[in-house]
Amino acid sequence: MSVNAKTLNEDEFFYGHKACAGCGGSLAVRIALKVLGERSVAVLPAGCMSAVGFNFPQLCFGNNAIISTFAGTASMLTGVEAGLRAQGITDFHAVGFAGDGGTADIGLQALSGAIDRNDDILYICYDNEAYMNTGIQKSSLTPFGAKTTTTPAGKNIRGNLRPKKNMFEIVAAHGIPYAATASVGYLNDFMQKVEKAAKIKGTKYIHIIAPCPTGWGIATDETVEIAKEVVDCGLWYLAEFENGEYKLNYQPKEFTDIESYLKKQSRFRHLTDEDIETIKRSRDAKWDAIHNNFKIN
Amino acid sequence: MKPYLREKAPKTLSEILEAPAYESGYLVTKNAGWRNIRPVINADKCVGCLQCYLYCPDGVIYKDGGKVAIDYDFCKGCGICKKMCKTGAIEMEAEK
Amino acid sequence: MAKMFLSGNEAFAYGIRLARPQVISAYPITPQTIVVEKLSEMVEDGSLKSEFIHVESEHSALSCAIGASSVGARAFTATSSQGLLYMAECLTYASGGRFPIVMMNANRSTALPWNIYGDQRDSLSQIDCGWIQAYAENAQEALDLALMSYYIAEHKAVSTPFMANLDGFVLTHTYEVVDVPTAEQADAFLPKFETENKLDLNNPRNLAFSAGPEHNTAFKYKEHIGLLNAKKAVDEAEEKFTEIFGRRYTGLTESYRTEDADYILITLGSIAGLVRETVDRLRKQGKKVGLLRIRYMRPFPNEEIAEAVKNAKAAAVLEKDISFGNEGTVYTNVNSALHKSNVNVPTSNYIGGLGGKNISADDIEKIFDELSEERAKVQFIGIGGDGK
Repeated sequence: MSVNAKTLNEDEFFYGHKACAGCGGSLAVRIALKVLGERSVAVLPAGCMSAVGFNFPQLCFGNNAIISTFAGTASMLTGVEAGLRAQGITDFHAVGFAGDGGTADIGLQALSGAIDRNDDILYICYDNEAYMNTGIQKSSLTPFGAKTTTTPAGKNIRGNLRPKKNMFEIVAAHGIPYAATASVGYLNDFMQKVEKAAKIKGTKYIHIIAPCPTGWGIATDETVEIAKEVVDCGLWYLAEFENGEYKLNYQPKEFTDIESYLKKQSRFRHLTDEDIETIKRSRDAKWDAIHNNFKIN
Repeated sequence: MKPYLREKAPKTLSEILEAPAYESGYLVTKNAGWRNIRPVINADKCVGCLQCYLYCPDGVIYKDGGKVAIDYDFCKGCGICKKMCKTGAIEMEAEK
Repeated sequence: MAKMFLSGNEAFAYGIRLARPQVISAYPITPQTIVVEKLSEMVEDGSLKSEFIHVESEHSALSCAIGASSVGARAFTATSSQGLLYMAECLTYASGGRFPIVMMNANRSTALPWNIYGDQRDSLSQIDCGWIQAYAENAQEALDLALMSYYIAEHKAVSTPFMANLDGFVLTHTYEVVDVPTAEQADAFLPKFETENKLDLNNPRNLAFSAGPEHNTAFKYKEHIGLLNAKKAVDEAEEKFTEIFGRRYTGLTESYRTEDADYILITLGSIAGLVRETVDRLRKQGKKVGLLRIRYMRPFPNEEIAEAVKNAKAAAVLEKDISFGNEGTVYTNVNSALHKSNVNVPTSNYIGGLGGKNISADDIEKIFDELSEERAKVQFIGIGGDGK
């Protein structure tokens, strides 16, 4: 039976941290570590989760954990894995937790290298769609239209002009043994994916949407709901890539209203009807591609 | 191992190790002061579905005799637990 | 012990094999490539049991080595020039984390203009990053340094990464007869790597954390003391090395005919060989000259330099490096050493060998000749064109 709230390890491994109230990233890290257990060695680059979890003498990881350079999550994971294996230790999980900027921007090269070598590591990207730790600057995973502190919404430009990079498919294009998307709004799905990834040899990548109340402009109690809604309105999807095949895990019967999803968040409040139409068209195009290329259950 | 509060923080030069490396889960401060509102559980309504426990970003809700309880030392009062509770067993109350 | 005909790179690789690193991560760059190629062959033929990681950049090479060291594995990497600069972020990371990684750097010019040949601007530009820095003169010393580097870096009182520098091409690619010790001898010399500064599955730790204003100075102070402690560790390593292998080294510096010298040339790396020959030639002419070779730039041999120079009439520093807008980095350090010991000997600085420019015996003789005259404090040799 797959892991759920009742069977989940009761131990907490990420506790007492200084993340903002309602932080989606900390929820993803907490749950993944509960699934992986005490023999996980966590690598976290400079970013929100390391900033809130490693302020000596307040050290919030109960398992082995280390901060890497911003660009070095994957390469340090490689070293940790190889170093333990070289000493004859094999019963552990080398797991990385990096944000969207640390993954899709500055850390992409090292991640690509690790997948290329098929190093036995699990890389989890908690995607809050901007550089939140430094104060909400645009990353390449910031979605179209979002207002950040470096893509302000003014008279001439209405927020970020570029669409979100598709990390899941970039990673899959390497021929990785296992990749998946997830959302902190659907934790059962996420937990099952972490559990599955932990059993697969080689490089594993899970990309989890993890809303940031501070950066998205939502109330602290709305994190989980908005993370569910982004899936329900079709702007994010739950899928896996395994054995060279894409598989859709969840097909909403009918998409919920995109405008309602967007307008709940202050980062999108400036969007015009035309902008929202653009977003809808891009969602529909993506789902056409999913229906053409993904195995649908 | 769950990180827990320690009685003292390393301060002197000899207590601080040679390298930035230290015992895991060494906590010296609480997060209780962050809260304006606190979740309060109505045990009569709680059915022990554990959704609040699962979705708490801080992991401060724990199983307690078939129901749940809250570690107020580290709860930040985000209110996600109340939203996740389908039976209305959690109310947010103002901190005094 | 076997005699082999090896280049500097190869000799270093043989030394590394004797040290049995558990993880090697490296990215190719001229003129470092041969050391990693050689190590790859050793892993392939089974004579070296090591995880060889083909990383996709120098940043990842050192980041991976830090990861390996953070779980208590002995790690090795090698680089050069632009590669060293590309991984620069990880240099302070390795030293601040007190990870005793060993890295060979093939000294090479830094762009622009592009140039693959040897000078020491790459490593000397990173002098402040918290690593032990040694400079080998020949292939035998390169091999011996490879073995001793782990002893020194992993020493309990040191726990600091070690950068062993070999002059690009002049040393890395020049073949010499080298004594290669046996594995039994090497094992008798080098203890197993043991550290408490690691992620440990039986005793979990949080590593490489943040330390704010309250604690930061304490960590940095300890890092500084660790690097200073390397001086004693070098002595200890060399004493034990002599017992087992017979060869003797002389600590942070090597003095050659400086005891009664009026004029002393201070330099580092492979050029010292030519300076030594020139000293002998000038001595035959009755000129009282000497050579002081700096073997370690960090920890810096302040006392050794002051002691060697204090009775001279003048001293010059010859280095393949320039700190633009000031003077050679070695010169700055040497003057500081003399000043702190109240040694009031006039000094001057010769910047040469940039981008692989040859430094000739005549150049060196000219420096010695000029030392008895009034001269410019800082001058370039071998500018070419109209610049002489």
